[in-house]
Amino acid sequence: MKRSRLPGLTVLILLVFFYLPIVILVINSFNLHKYGGEWSGFTLKWYVRLFQDDAVWHALRNSLIIAGVSTAASTVLGTLAAYALHRSNDRFQKIHHGLIYMPLVLPDILMGMSLLLFFVAVGFQLGLTSICIAHITFCISYVAMVVLARLQDFDFSMMEAAYDLGANSWTATTRVLLPALAPGITAGALLAFTLSIDDFVITFFVAGPGSSTLPVHIYSMMKHSRFMPVINALSTLLLLVTFVAVGSSQLINKQKGADLP
Amino acid sequence: MSGFLEFEGISKSFGDLKALDNVSLSIRQGEIFSLLGPSGCGKTTLLRICAGFEMPDAGRVLLNGKDITDLPPNRRAVNTIFQNYALFPNMTLRENIAFGLQIAKVPKKEIADRVETMLQLVQLEHHAHKRPHQISGGQKQRVAIARALVNRPQVLLLDEPLAALDLKLRQRMLVELDGIHDEVGTTFVYVTHDQSEAMGLSDRIAVFNHGVVEQVGSSTEIYEAPRTSFTAAFIGDTNFFNGRVCERIDSEYCQIEIEGLEPRLRFFNDKNLREQVRVDLSVRPEKFSISRTQPAPDPLSNTLRGTVEDVIYLGSHTKWWVRVNEEYLISVTSQHSRFLLDSKPIRWNEAVWISWHADDGYMLERYDENDEALLVLSDAGLPDDIPPDEEAE
Repeated sequence: MKRSRLPGLTVLILLVFFYLPIVILVINSFNLHKYGGEWSGFTLKWYVRLFQDDAVWHALRNSLIIAGVSTAASTVLGTLAAYALHRSNDRFQKIHHGLIYMPLVLPDILMGMSLLLFFVAVGFQLGLTSICIAHITFCISYVAMVVLARLQDFDFSMMEAAYDLGANSWTATTRVLLPALAPGITAGALLAFTLSIDDFVITFFVAGPGSSTLPVHIYSMMKHSRFMPVINALSTLLLLVTFVAVGSSQLINKQKGADLP
Repeated sequence: MSGFLEFEGISKSFGDLKALDNVSLSIRQGEIFSLLGPSGCGKTTLLRICAGFEMPDAGRVLLNGKDITDLPPNRRAVNTIFQNYALFPNMTLRENIAFGLQIAKVPKKEIADRVETMLQLVQLEHHAHKRPHQISGGQKQRVAIARALVNRPQVLLLDEPLAALDLKLRQRMLVELDGIHDEVGTTFVYVTHDQSEAMGLSDRIAVFNHGVVEQVGSSTEIYEAPRTSFTAAFIGDTNFFNGRVCERIDSEYCQIEIEGLEPRLRFFNDKNLREQVRVDLSVRPEKFSISRTQPAPDPLSNTLRGTVEDVIYLGSHTKWWVRVNEEYLISVTSQHSRFLLDSKPIRWNEAVWISWHADDGYMLERYDENDEALLVLSDAGLPDDIPPDEEAE
């Protein structure tokens, strides 16, 4: 029987649709032409200019600080929240679940607006701290949901087995529960980091002077067309970092997966 | 009482459900004691109370004379084998087995020795480096046993340990469990809903129903001399007769009048019942003999005439359901000790005589007609060794 060409074709179209814009962006980052409409020669000057631009590095530093802090805080809080949600059958837990779930479905613009209004109302100085608080707020939800899914697969008779063999709560938690939840917690943390470093809308509302993160800074650069090629160069670098990160995480998973089901 | 492990008046409710109602049991040192009953009868709850995972609403648990009712699970000298094994997936088999000893801060050298001994006992030396997901169900079972026994518990609790295995493996593990028990001599408390497991393994059995203990005794006592209709019907198969004593023949035997049954039946009067007293009887299917011809009259034997309504040939034995006097459907089994193809077996719709000795029926202390639902009836056509309740709790 002749095999249909349709699946192959669909995949091709999909790939073009997904990746052509990115390829164009990468090519343009090496384009001598200012507006990127046509090819006028190879250059690295946009990269040089990027590395000379202190504002970009300042923004990147902000982004990393915020992502680091909010990932750490939301991973701990989100894991605790997931545990509470899973173990307690209190009727308040239904409300708790709803509250945790809310930020996942709430439009970012609403979150940003309300957080801004809140910070202004209580007289909180807008800056790195306010951004961190905002990021922790929505990251908790993602971490909690990912960890909760893992918890639902966890067989709590393993905890009983640990107690039965003489473990106290601390030992049972650190030696049995946490190792079992580790993949979920790691996934939650990675998700939180990605969301935090990527977030524009909410950050835009709660950022103060001098606390621009990379996405917010890029947006402000876009207003001036002379920065366009620099943005291309920056995006290409970000792409490279992402590839390396994803690739190495998959490599680690593969090695670990060798002795996992 | 001077048992090794004692339950004194244990009661436990979950909401409106009374899981255990004033249960008292005394378990001897070194015996295999089974808690047997259908799903939801409270047997697992009692085990969990013994392990410390549940607190009783009332009553005490004594281990070796010491009250352990309020001790947390990690401070009891008992270990549990869980139904799903609950092995730690992030550790190798060796690490799993060493877990308890590490927590007890046993010296490293001794841990290594004891773990090795256990690995040999359960024949897993060559798999010690593997993780739980890499081994089979029967092997997991053995790791769970080793992980519990390495701590040298005073009592080993087993919660339906074979329920997740298939029939053949279950039978093999049963033999292995028995061998391990002989080797270590630890007291085993074994929870199961499978009567054949309990009867094959246990020194004594406690039959549970709706949170109360119906009977405690050896396999033979429980099978041959059931005290209640529940025990009679849950353990194996039986036939119930309800009637009243109409005449005491002598100090040992009596005549019993059964409603809707023509001849009066003779039974051994072990309860020493007076005339006119109501009595409920159980006669096991294999106590009957079945024949085409009328058996020779015998003053201590009962004979009924009926028609075969259903036959199931099961290789080693055959089950018949014989209709007697419209009302009674009596189940009869007989073992084939001779080559069956040479004889002419009794078939469906044939007129037959069934007879049994007066000693072979047993008078029940308590009868509940709901228990008749537990009997393997003709329509179901299930062989003996499939328990009426295959689902795990």
